[in-house]
Amino acid sequence: MSFISFLIAGISLGSIYAIMALGYTMVYGIAKMLNFAHGDVIMIGCYVVFYGVSGFGWNPIISTIVSVAVCTVLGVVIERVAYRPLRKAAPLAVLITAIGVSYLLENIALLAFGADSKSFTSVINLPSLSLAGGKLKISSVTIITIIACLIIMAGLMTFIKKTKPGQAMLAVSEDKDAAQLMGVNVNATISLTFAIGSGLAAIAGVLLCSQYHSLTPYTGALPGIKAFTAAVFGGIGSIPGAFIGGILLGIIEDLASAYISSQLSNAIVFGVLILVLLIKPTGILGKQIKEKV
Amino acid sequence: MNKMFQNISKNYEKAFRRFTKPTQNLLNTIIMVVLAYVIIQILSGADVLSYSFTNLLVGLCIYSIVAVGLNLCVGYLGELSLGHAAFMSVGAFSSAIFSNITAQAIPNSLLRFTLALIVGVFFSALFGFLIGIPVLRLNGDYLAIVTLAFGEIIKGLLNVFYIGMDKHGLHFAFIKDTTNTDAKGTMILNGAQGISGTEQISTFTIGVILLILVLLVVSFLVNSRSGRAIMAIRDNRIAAESVGINITKYKIIAFTISAAIAGVAGVLYSHYYTSLTATKFDYNTSILILVFVVLGGMANFRGSIIAAIVLTLLPEMLRSLSDYRMLFYAILLIAMMLLNWAPKAILFRQTMLPKIKAKLFKTRAKEE
Repeated sequence: MSFISFLIAGISLGSIYAIMALGYTMVYGIAKMLNFAHGDVIMIGCYVVFYGVSGFGWNPIISTIVSVAVCTVLGVVIERVAYRPLRKAAPLAVLITAIGVSYLLENIALLAFGADSKSFTSVINLPSLSLAGGKLKISSVTIITIIACLIIMAGLMTFIKKTKPGQAMLAVSEDKDAAQLMGVNVNATISLTFAIGSGLAAIAGVLLCSQYHSLTPYTGALPGIKAFTAAVFGGIGSIPGAFIGGILLGIIEDLASAYISSQLSNAIVFGVLILVLLIKPTGILGKQIKEKV
Repeated sequence: MNKMFQNISKNYEKAFRRFTKPTQNLLNTIIMVVLAYVIIQILSGADVLSYSFTNLLVGLCIYSIVAVGLNLCVGYLGELSLGHAAFMSVGAFSSAIFSNITAQAIPNSLLRFTLALIVGVFFSALFGFLIGIPVLRLNGDYLAIVTLAFGEIIKGLLNVFYIGMDKHGLHFAFIKDTTNTDAKGTMILNGAQGISGTEQISTFTIGVILLILVLLVVSFLVNSRSGRAIMAIRDNRIAAESVGINITKYKIIAFTISAAIAGVAGVLYSHYYTSLTATKFDYNTSILILVFVVLGGMANFRGSIIAAIVLTLLPEMLRSLSDYRMLFYAILLIAMMLLNWAPKAILFRQTMLPKIKAKLFKTRAKEE
């Protein structure tokens, strides 16, 4: 029974990684850049919910909606101010800028909210589910996390396959110049990608903090890197890949911390990343892209 | 007296011009370091320097060395490493473990330090090599993320690693302290508490000597055939590959040397500060080193040294602003990149700046 409960906890953690990994994988697919600041957008989203619920006394659902709005705007602003001017620059310059933005958000949060850990009360207050005569208890947060992840995945896949802006995103990720010639507004599409990714980041953040109950300016950094690892694991640029990679990574992390050592779980997760890059650098669902000269 | 000085400088210039540009550059940097060293020695001989300043001197050498190492990777190879603090950590821990084990066997501390240096550099180079093999075959930002992950792995592993030494020999343990070291024995590496009690051998003089050695190594590398290959890969990977340069090989060479240099800084660190914990070498330290490189200028070793010195001394002098230091670093990173790469900034540099300069010079000429 304990194995199954670890497994379910792993799937729940993995669902959070999957939602975060979506932000990384979409931005990487379209703007060909690693948005280091994504994890810190998550952290900002958590602070919005925290102050909304405990400071202003808002309903948790309203706070979450406000948080999604704030993160969406934040993501678009970051793209507009820091990344768009560098679209034709060397990848190294873009990467350093992204790290700078991530560091900036962390330190603004540090100055504005303080370094102390805030105790985040779960926004989901439902009774937990008991199975197998009370031997297996699944908390409502876990269930809602998994359901939210499935809904987001299905919604996003439909959005990309069935709508015009979704098709535009696909086109831009295939070939930016050709898409522009076909009348796709590349800048607007990239902004839209950042908006969706950052909005999802807020949801992931709320779920993450509901699970772990603590919030510091560094809350987003490490899960962000792990979510990127999940995106690479599943195949960067692929949305189903982000889902599979996220779930697998969550399970690996949870089982590793349960059966090996909780101190070593991070090391094991990142060990997986190095193994993936060694064996199949394109990830589980990634495509091999030939480079044109 | 004045004439003699002029003569010397004239002769120096004459001799200087015989060298090629890269050699001149290297000589300038080394002269700068040596001059700074001599001035500081004279000042400390005269007892002008405060205690807190003399305490910083070895730190300046450590950060200068690791900044030069990272600049080789970022500026010349064009790959971002966020794990140079981790390579420092590897160098620091391996050398400190060696030093503590052989404390009795090798009484001469300078000899022990030299051997520890070799051990530290070997291990950090080895890890650099091992990380480089899977990652440097790939294009894209993978090195940044993997070196960042490597930093977390090293930190995690060192926090649960135990080494004890007693009359039965060495005991190793993992996750839990099961070394069963005798009461008379000593714990060399004690998990999250790290290593304490390494003999303080590093001095400012040793630091400066190592800095100069590192400068010589990187300058010879950069100006060699391999160095030109490395820069060709940075400038245009596909073109470099098409003229027959083995991309992965040269990337691994540059990255391994860069990691080894970080190891040198780590060895210097572990033999200066009495306590050594893995958490000291975290992501923030790696970012700090990156800030040195970015501010000092890509592919400019002298700039890295100057930036490392200025950015280490400034916060010490402006203690009241220490809360805003990291914020300043973050803004610095973004601003430097935007100013260097944004099309509008480039346009400004190319069109407006010469005009402003001309205007300034004109007014100055009129005044004169």
